[in-house]
Amino acid sequence: MMLSLAILALLSVAAPWVCRYAGPARGVVLAAFPLGIGAWFASKIPAVADGGAIVETFAWLPELGLEMTFRLDGLGLLFALLVTLIGAGVLLYAGSYMQGHHQIGRFFSYLIGFMTSMLGLVLADNLVLLFIFWELTSITSYLLIGFNHDKKESRSGALQALMVTGLGGLAMLAGLVVLAFAAGDLAGVPGGVWNMSELPEGLSGHAHYPWIVALVLAGCLTKSAQFPFHFWLPSAMAAPSPVSAYLHSSTMVKAGVYLIARLHPNLATGTAEGLWEGLLIGFGATTMFVGAYLATRQTLYKRLLAYSTVSSLGVMVMLIGMGHPDAAAAYILAHAMFKGCLFLVAGIVDHEAGEKDVAEIGKLFQAMPATGLAALLAGISMAGVPLAPLAGFVAKEKMIKAGLDAGPLTALLTALIIAAGSFTVFIAIMTGFKPFFGKAQREPKKHAHEAPWPMLAAPVILAVLGIVYALVPALFATPVVTAAGEAIKGGPFEAALRLDAFYYYEISLALGLSLLATLIGVGIYFGRGLWVKATSPFAKLDGVVGPAKMYDYAMLGLTKGSWAQTRVLQNGSLQVYIKMTLVAILGMFAWAIWRTGSLPSVGTNFERTGLLEWVLIISIAVSAIVATRLGSRLATVAVLGVIGYAVAVVFALYGGPDAAMTQFAVETLIVVIFVLVVYHLPRFAVYSGLAVRVMDLLLAATFGGVMACLVLAAGSQELFAPISAYFNEAAMPETPDGQSAYGRNLVNIILVDFRSVDTLGELVVLGIAAIGVYTLMKLRDDHEGVPVAEREGDEDQSEEGDA
Amino acid sequence: MSLLLAVIIGMLFASALYMMMRRSFVKLTIGLILIGHSANLLIFTCAATRRDGSMERLPPGLIEEGQTRIEGDFADPLPFALILTAIVIAFAITAFTLVLVKRAYQEVGTDDLDNMRTTDR
Repeated sequence: MMLSLAILALLSVAAPWVCRYAGPARGVVLAAFPLGIGAWFASKIPAVADGGAIVETFAWLPELGLEMTFRLDGLGLLFALLVTLIGAGVLLYAGSYMQGHHQIGRFFSYLIGFMTSMLGLVLADNLVLLFIFWELTSITSYLLIGFNHDKKESRSGALQALMVTGLGGLAMLAGLVVLAFAAGDLAGVPGGVWNMSELPEGLSGHAHYPWIVALVLAGCLTKSAQFPFHFWLPSAMAAPSPVSAYLHSSTMVKAGVYLIARLHPNLATGTAEGLWEGLLIGFGATTMFVGAYLATRQTLYKRLLAYSTVSSLGVMVMLIGMGHPDAAAAYILAHAMFKGCLFLVAGIVDHEAGEKDVAEIGKLFQAMPATGLAALLAGISMAGVPLAPLAGFVAKEKMIKAGLDAGPLTALLTALIIAAGSFTVFIAIMTGFKPFFGKAQREPKKHAHEAPWPMLAAPVILAVLGIVYALVPALFATPVVTAAGEAIKGGPFEAALRLDAFYYYEISLALGLSLLATLIGVGIYFGRGLWVKATSPFAKLDGVVGPAKMYDYAMLGLTKGSWAQTRVLQNGSLQVYIKMTLVAILGMFAWAIWRTGSLPSVGTNFERTGLLEWVLIISIAVSAIVATRLGSRLATVAVLGVIGYAVAVVFALYGGPDAAMTQFAVETLIVVIFVLVVYHLPRFAVYSGLAVRVMDLLLAATFGGVMACLVLAAGSQELFAPISAYFNEAAMPETPDGQSAYGRNLVNIILVDFRSVDTLGELVVLGIAAIGVYTLMKLRDDHEGVPVAEREGDEDQSEEGDA
Repeated sequence: MSLLLAVIIGMLFASALYMMMRRSFVKLTIGLILIGHSANLLIFTCAATRRDGSMERLPPGLIEEGQTRIEGDFADPLPFALILTAIVIAFAITAFTLVLVKRAYQEVGTDDLDNMRTTDR
């Protein structure tokens, strides 16, 4: 399994070169890999048939207890087969479809990258691993939807898909973490249970169960385009057709369904009234109906299919919620066949006849018979026409039967299923019948002709497999569906996929309802003008307050809000930044005092102060005030020098000769530099008005007062003992060969021994400043750059000496 | 002494911030120098003040020749080590700012910060 992922990942990287050197054979070459991997998975059907599983583990981050655990069971196998085999067909198809596109290599790289992520997603057993692959599918989907990035609709569709599924994914991440820790609670593992196969029983009784369900479902329902998050899927149709067929019909959109099915045994409550089941049935049934209804109003081939896919995803979610894993698995498999086929057919019609609108075209059967036949088979399958031996019929009868067996919800669900079924029949006619056999409104834009064989292979095979599915279920359908059903149900299970007379008798009611749905669907087809007119008020409503509109409003609000916030917070004025910082700090002080309800205690033993100290203090105080008032630059420099020297004397008096010496040297240098550049500097100017200056003075004075109090308060606290005694001990060795810093000056040994990395950082700052000074001095007005190899300025040399 | 120091630290902070809030780039530089002094004095005072608020002149942390340790009280060397680092870094910033002001004035022809805010928008 890990090998297959590695092969696909490498293939994704190598795809551009394959495309360059294989030429038109690129599709065949690239498709061979997933086909081989798919065959390997198919050979594992017996191994997972009766609840078995193949597990591979790789120590990922053993320090964090993270293992890459991959596990292939029935459910994983169903999806792995879809991903690899349909993927092989799509690669083959895309090899011709994308022929001549200037970025074809990149396209295949993305597409195979997606394949890798999706395969990883369905094989991962570890929740973290699952999430990573989950997000990777979102990202590759984003790249593929926006592949024709010169078109605006591609870009906005890609962004929409990423926003909706990405936000859902974030919620899901939170849900998975809560799930893992809740499971850890139950299993007695403090670090959480991270492997899905090891999740304990009884999660539905945990206190965090509602959160787990809500958050995990937020991810699953957005990913699987459930109403009201469905709108991104039709927008995603801006992608090239192979992408729509592969990601947005057969695989990626089913990731949510997959995870729901995966967690169903652990999160289900066992009754239809439970939170998990209720939400699944509610969202699923609504989506099934709304998706199918919305599809009936579309005329663009791919959008019709997209909305019908939304409906199908709703069916899958609903069936899992109703507790019919066999119906869900049978439907997933059948849907992948007929919908994948129809999407590829839509691509062929677009590619070979230049047409996208099914309302306009018809009679293409003569020009493209093989395509038409495949579309017809897929269409009949999708419609679930009674007694037609096709996958769709088998799956649909199981679905109606499930609806008839839904306890108190029977009437409602059956009605919804039949209504959605009628719409689906109509969509099937529009997509599988109309373009090839219906009346043409006009000639196709291009001279229509049959597609080349690589593009025909996948849709034809998928259509034929639909027959095999129904007629010889034992060949692949029954084993796969049984294995998947077992995994969803979490126990032994036998799937009945049969088409014998006895079975028809058993499902006669379902059969009758199915016939009814078919007739209604055909009716809508013939009266479609009337239907569109009758439903247009709802469409208008959807355009004003529909989910897609809500998304637009939200995005607009986000953008405007960000702009407004940036204008206020980052307005480019340094004064405003400083003021905001000061007000915020003052606010924090005020909040802290309010919270604690008291001011910190201050020591009041202020001893008599000597004359020297008074002189220093007064000179600093006077200079501090004078420095802000002087109009002369040179005088200000002199006053600054007074402050600096006075501070240095304070250090010297109180036991810090090193700091004092540095201060003296630096102060002298600053005065010298200032004097050197002072006549190149602008004169002091007063720009602000009086009111602003008074306000600034008040703010500055308040802050200064707070700092003065802070000094007193902080000086009187002793949170822990000073560590200077340690430096005293560690400075010199007791014995001649003892370990120590070997220094007599404690400040020195701190700088070069105990805090040497700090000092190194200081030197780096000096170096950067020196480079900056040098560059600014030497930068020529004509912007010719810096002249090379000149000695640095004197001030930079002496800096290093001080340090 | 600690009370007086606290008062002048407050004054230094106030005048530093007042200067930093001016629109003139040169005054901003003066403010930067002043705030450096304020911060250094703050570190020093906080460390040197005792719990009761008193402050004493202590001998520096120097071990005499022939000794392996200082006997008796001495000034805590750690704040001075931090201040020393801070002084040097403040100097680097000041030197850089001065040259930047000079250069910017040459290029732009103004030292009004309100006329220099286009790049931050």
